[in-house]
Order: sequence, then C-alpha cells, then structure tokens
Amino acid sequence: MVRLGSLLLIALVLCPLPGLAATPVDIYEFDSAEQESRYRALIDEFRCPKCLNTNLSGSDAPIAQDLRRTIHRLLVTDGRSDQEIRDFLQERYGDFVLYDPPLKPGTWILWGAPVFFLLIGAWVLFRVVRKPAQETALSEAEQEKIAEIIRQQRTERGSQ
Amino acid sequence: MNRASLFVPLGIFILIIAFGYAGFRLNDPHQLPSALLNKPFPDFQAPMLMDPSRVIDRSDLLGSPVLVNVWATWCPTCKAEHAELMRIARETDLRLVGIVYKDKPHLAMRWLNDYGNPYDLVVQDTDGALGVELGVYGAPETFLLDAAGTIIYKRVGDVNPLIWRTEMQPRLALLEVDTSATTDVDSDPATAAVKKAGAAERKD
Repeated sequence: MVRLGSLLLIALVLCPLPGLAATPVDIYEFDSAEQESRYRALIDEFRCPKCLNTNLSGSDAPIAQDLRRTIHRLLVTDGRSDQEIRDFLQERYGDFVLYDPPLKPGTWILWGAPVFFLLIGAWVLFRVVRKPAQETALSEAEQEKIAEIIRQQRTERGSQ
Repeated sequence: MNRASLFVPLGIFILIIAFGYAGFRLNDPHQLPSALLNKPFPDFQAPMLMDPSRVIDRSDLLGSPVLVNVWATWCPTCKAEHAELMRIARETDLRLVGIVYKDKPHLAMRWLNDYGNPYDLVVQDTDGALGVELGVYGAPETFLLDAAGTIIYKRVGDVNPLIWRTEMQPRLALLEVDTSATTDVDSDPATAAVKKAGAAERKD
C-alpha cells in the first residue's frame, strides 16, 4: 500500500499537469479563432515577472492579469504582430519574461554550459570505454592461474 | 587509478555549491534588472490625483532630477518607506513625484492626509497601464531620473536610509543635486514662514 502511494506521488511530481496549471479567469473577446489561438500561445510563452517560474497564463498575480490584458489590447485593438508584442514586453520587463533568452555576453554561460558538459561527458565516456580493453588483456601466466583455480574448484565440488 | 583523481567528485561538489551560492544568494531572483535603465522615461498621460481634470505627461518630469515613486495604499512596504520619502522631501532639493499604482484615489488622498505628502506631484495609474509602460511588477518601485528624463536608477522594494546613502545619494551627487541635510535650525523656520506666506498669497 505504501509502495503504491509513493509510486503515485512520484507520478504526480513528474507529471506537469497542464490541465491544472492553466487557470484562465479573465474573459476576452476576439475577432477570430486564429487571434485567440495566438493570444493563448503568447500568454503561454511569457514568464510572469512576479512569480519566478510560472507563465502568464498560469499565474493569478495581479501583474500577470495586467500583462494578459495588455497582450490582448496589443493583439486585438492595436493589431500588432507576435514579434512586436514580444519586443514590447522585452523592452519593458527585460529578458526575464522570455523563457528563451537571446544569446549575448551576459547569457553565453547559459548557452555554452550544455556544450561544455557534453564535451566533458564525451571525454569521460571515451576514457571509460577505452580502459577495460587494456585491463582485460591478461598475460598468459594469469590465464594459466585462472584455469588452475577453476580446475581446483571443479575437483573440490566433484569430491563433495 | 591515481590518488589525486579520488578528489575529483569533491571538486565537482564544491563547484556545484559555488554555483548554487552565486545563483541563489548573490543574485536575488525577486530583483529584476530594469530593462529601462539608461533609457528615457516613457511617454505617458495620466490624471493628477488632486485634480483629475489635469493631465500630467512626461514633460512635467523634466527640468530637474526627479525621484519617481510607484506606491499604493494596499502595499505594506510603501508604508514602511514613507518616512524615508518624507525625510528626503524635507531635507534635500530632490523633487519627488508619486504614481498611485492600482489604487482608489480617495484611499490615496486619505493616506497623504494621514501620513504626510512628500510628493511635489502625484499622478493616478488606476488600471496599472502606466505601470506596464514602466516595467513595474509590484509596489513599491522607485526610479531616479536626470533632468532630461533619463532613468538612471531603479529600485524594486523600499527606499530606506541604506539604499538612499549607498545607491541614490552618489548618483544624485553626480547630477549636482544638493542631498546634504539642509535642516539648519536657524534658517528652517524662516523658509517655512516664507512658504506659508506664499501659500497665503495664492489663497487670496
């Protein structure tokens, strides 16, 4: 029972639960279904400035509500493109609201780290794969010794 | 395997700890770097708190360095910093402008009556639209502007004596704002009297 419970718990933790995360409370009108799907994509794309790791669509913070309203205004009333809306938010709230930070001097470590760790991993793998080949090569004397031990074991077992 | 390589995991562990320390301790994730730093204060139009028929815009912030403080009566930290703003208004030449962020005008008026008004000018941002232009994501936030309206500093959180002394005063000194405490016991009542006389004249 305990085992089943802990399995369920692990499953819960691992599952991102998209259904629960999206709790849109505000109601907006759109001119077309295409506009609405763009709006949904945009509010999913940006990170809420107040809540560290929630996107705009998943947050109830007042600032997230304000930004959703702003995105709706830019999209429907002002007819701006997705990229213009991205630029609008980035100009005001900085790279923080983007989950996809641009490559620049301040972020090179972020972009470079995976490559760095991949290279380390490749190097370690290379070392590990190569080593056993050297060590398993036994000398003739050693092989003779092993054969002797095995023979001894067999005869002991046979005598029991 | 050589003995020194036994210390490799320890080295990796220390490296991870160092990253964690730098990431979680030195860098406060609640302090977003302002995207507007060293950029002009955005254009805006907002009604004045005391007289909503008057519309304030960017030009009202120009001419001398200004401290723009975004506050609200629902924000406890705003109350905590109020005394320091009062002191800055009283003791320095810096001009203070308040933005009432997502709040009801009558509550803001009552606040200023009860706790004193450090601001030269207060504007309303009832729906938070001006806040979005400024990249505000909570109150209080405070901006320092030079005379040309460029944002030279932004503080998220309270303005306290330490922030004033270490962050704001040095920047204002470069702009030649007189930030020394000017409360000279002899001259103060005199200037107060002059101000009072001026106010009386305006009333007439």
